[in-house]
Amino acid sequence: MRGELELARPRAVPAPGVLRSPWVRRALILAALIAAWQVYVTVAQVKPLLFPSPTAVGEALVRDLTSLSIPRSTVTTLQFLVIGTLVGAALGLLLAAFSITSPIGHELLSILTSIFNPLPGVAILPLAMIWFGLTPTAIIFVVAYATVWPIAISTDMGFRTVSPTLQMVARTLGLKGFRLVADVLLPAALPHLLSGLKVAWAFGWRTVVAAELVFGVAGAQGGLGWYINTARYFLETPRVFAGLVIISLLGIAVEYAFRLVEFRTIERWGMKKTG
Amino acid sequence: MTPVVIVDNVQITYVDAGGRRFVAVDGVSFDVREGEKFVIIGPSGCGKTTLLRAIAGFVAPSRGTVLVGNVPVREPGPDRAVVFQDFDQLFPWRTVLDNVVYALAVTGRARGRAAVERARDFLRLVGIEAAADKYPHQLSGGMKQRAAIARALAIEPKILLMDEPFGALDAITRTQLQHELNRIWRETGVTIILVTHSIQEAAYLGHRVLVMSTNPGRVQAIVRTDHVEDMDGEAFAEATRRLRHLLGGEAEGQPVPAAEITRKEVGEAQ
Repeated sequence: MRGELELARPRAVPAPGVLRSPWVRRALILAALIAAWQVYVTVAQVKPLLFPSPTAVGEALVRDLTSLSIPRSTVTTLQFLVIGTLVGAALGLLLAAFSITSPIGHELLSILTSIFNPLPGVAILPLAMIWFGLTPTAIIFVVAYATVWPIAISTDMGFRTVSPTLQMVARTLGLKGFRLVADVLLPAALPHLLSGLKVAWAFGWRTVVAAELVFGVAGAQGGLGWYINTARYFLETPRVFAGLVIISLLGIAVEYAFRLVEFRTIERWGMKKTG
Repeated sequence: MTPVVIVDNVQITYVDAGGRRFVAVDGVSFDVREGEKFVIIGPSGCGKTTLLRAIAGFVAPSRGTVLVGNVPVREPGPDRAVVFQDFDQLFPWRTVLDNVVYALAVTGRARGRAAVERARDFLRLVGIEAAADKYPHQLSGGMKQRAAIARALAIEPKILLMDEPFGALDAITRTQLQHELNRIWRETGVTIILVTHSIQEAAYLGHRVLVMSTNPGRVQAIVRTDHVEDMDGEAFAEATRRLRHLLGGEAEGQPVPAAEITRKEVGEAQ
């Protein structure tokens, strides 16, 4: 392994000193990209209204972070996302559990997912608005809708691929019903469940931001989509950018959290699927 | 003394993918006494694993009865612990110790500190107490099988069912574990029913060996090997020769010399 890696790397490029750390390399690339952005804005004299400089975006970020308008919007968006995903996950698990315990449940799940999986969450937003009005419930509904299908599909797949030997061991130990699901099937299906959650979160995240853009304020407080839309309305382009930066950073943070959970569970237990 | 296991005129049928009913095991009768090591051997597809699964309670006979402790088998249960061939029979998300502790707790055999102490005793019995805190994926195949045996014995079953437990191991580890199983049996006195397709394993481990013929699986003979523990001795050579002839005779359709076997021993006893 090691020999191959060293062959693959040309000898002419020895990574000197600090450059050996991938984090240092990444930070340098990021800094170079931001610098290029600043240089472009300064040299090309673009209108700040259309394309603000990174320093202007930075100022907007700091201002709205300290004034707590970004943190408040972030909390609102995350609330919608977390509640919606929890509802979606609970329903998805129920559907998957029904699907493995009865043939009717199996057909039900496959019909429901064929109908609804191709329908993006945002597409049913107008319907949610008719049903629930401009309320947080409407947003939570679309997020739950966006997350339930990937979770149901992958959990069902996870349950179905639990090793028959492991299931026989569980039955020998006298496990049945809820105990069997909670103690054996769920942990055994965890790799599939986690990958389903990952897809669900990505769907949910896009859906919640899009819903907020369409929606404006739901209830007392607007989320990040609303924050961006308001900034656009007042032509405060640096704040639009600031909102985008926050959305991107949150996405990275959640991906990182998933990596951490995987590392502590399925990787540690040698259950991670290869390939 | 009444036998621990009585299998009486058992037939097991399967329905294949095309909807056709086919007989896997037919007219099988035998019994297993307390503290005995009973081996079932036969060619692939003779239904020996199916038979073991009927005793475990995973499949129901279409005819005949299976009694364990004089009670008809209806479903799987901890009085009939099973050790499988596959290495994935341990819960991968639990350490070796937790696998045993969990089995003790969920079957109500022991809880808390008592369960941990008892689990450690059984890990010591199978010689893997040093790996107690490892996860299954960190173990070799032989160690996984040892852990599975520890978990099965810890819940104190009436019988230990073993479905080709050493079949996926390399020859050296396999021989080691065969010795270990004899030692474990001597220390615990547990009743064992072991399914194998290895003549050498059957001759070495069994008190009696049930030889099955195929299509459908029937009892060809029950051979008393009287637990020859010495692989170099004459008794072992004699036992393997008899088993080889029985199995070879089946394969080539030759009659087996009647003098060498005790035909349908159980049938006569009843």
